[in-house]
Amino acid sequence: MTEVAVDNSFYYRRIHSLLGIFPIGLFILEHFFTNSFAVHGAAVYNGKIEFFKELPYLFAIELLFIFLPLAIHGLYGLYIVYTGEPNNLQYGYFRNWMYLIQRVTGVILLFFIGWHVYVTRVSALLYGTEVSYQYMAQMFRNPVVFWWMVIGIISAAFHFANGIWSFCIVWGITTGPRAQKWMGKATIVLFLVLAFVGIRALLAFHI
Amino acid sequence: MADTVRLRIKRQLSPDSSPFWEEFEVPMTHGMNVIACLVEIQKNPVTKDGKKTTPVAWECSCLEEVCGACTMIINGRVRQACSALVKDLEQPIVLEPMTKFPVVRDLVVDRQKMFDNLMKVKAWVPIDGTHNMGPGPKIPEPERAIHYELSKCMTCGCCLEVCPQFNEKSDFMGAQIISQVRLFNFHPSGASLKEDRLHVLMGKGGISECGNAQNCVEVCPKEIPLTHSIGEVGRQVTLQALKDWFMK
Repeated sequence: MTEVAVDNSFYYRRIHSLLGIFPIGLFILEHFFTNSFAVHGAAVYNGKIEFFKELPYLFAIELLFIFLPLAIHGLYGLYIVYTGEPNNLQYGYFRNWMYLIQRVTGVILLFFIGWHVYVTRVSALLYGTEVSYQYMAQMFRNPVVFWWMVIGIISAAFHFANGIWSFCIVWGITTGPRAQKWMGKATIVLFLVLAFVGIRALLAFHI
Repeated sequence: MADTVRLRIKRQLSPDSSPFWEEFEVPMTHGMNVIACLVEIQKNPVTKDGKKTTPVAWECSCLEEVCGACTMIINGRVRQACSALVKDLEQPIVLEPMTKFPVVRDLVVDRQKMFDNLMKVKAWVPIDGTHNMGPGPKIPEPERAIHYELSKCMTCGCCLEVCPQFNEKSDFMGAQIISQVRLFNFHPSGASLKEDRLHVLMGKGGISECGNAQNCVEVCPKEIPLTHSIGEVGRQVTLQALKDWFMK
């Protein structure tokens, strides 16, 4: 009997999968929803920012439920991207394209979220930047930033929605082909809804 | 003049030498398959340009798509050469060896890795012992029907050839192994090794390396519900992990 080398990749991969839903997925829902207050104008939006600024244990919440999960999910995700060799040109099946897009959006999001966290949070901590409706609107006036936001929002909506689909297979929730097909449709609807909500919130800064 | 079949074949004379292409033209016969074309080339190993060459090497055995030995890439798609009929194929017919296994010569590849992995996951029903274990338990018909579908696997490797996660950068064992684990975990006597099998799949190259691209189920020539197996075994390892964490 040969010794089996200790390998924890199963647990790393499952943690990666779980973090994508709890807390990152829940945070995305909250984030898209809260930013939608922008449709009611600057005063309402700035009020929400004030509310979040005053949350007790804010730093611990941000660190444990947002920053660390994102960092772990993102960096391990990069490793997962590295282990794959896409073959979409030879085998152009629908789910194979979803596999590729999931990885492409993941890499985009690593850059997007890094930039997004820097301009809206880290710069406030470091340089005391006042993050407000006006600050965001000013930033989005630059068309490069605006379209970068569009790409980021659509990527996040897709990556989360399609991630739910594979999460359900990985954990053995949707095991059969009928359930997987149904879940595929449901997650496409979720993607469209989230993309709509996100883009609408973005456009609210443009009026 | 009779119809001819044009073929373009990726050749490689030894495991270490570099591949090259050769074109052939063979007479067409009624109901011809790709194997028959290769037999014609073997009879008269002369390229389309009249140059004498070595016969193209390939493997085949059953000639009825149940052994998997003649699996190769035909016009860009992995499949068995015996069930690839010339009349259904665009010409020139392009033949290449599988890309995920080491080439032995021409269209012959070494698929040993798959058999090693079957050993690793103990893909068998243990019946040997120091005492008579008696007759096997009866399996209800609906279950037997699923067993039968899973048992059709001929270890051809199509599912691995198309899998973006099965490559030299990962040790992923692939859909074929996961589906066999489902089959043998299903079996009333085979289930005695269930935990062993699941623990192997929770290790290096196990089920968590699956990226759910689901190409495997698209190309499986035996139409085995491979992605269903991945989902089922996914559930089994989830429950096993919970058991390992909370009940041990």
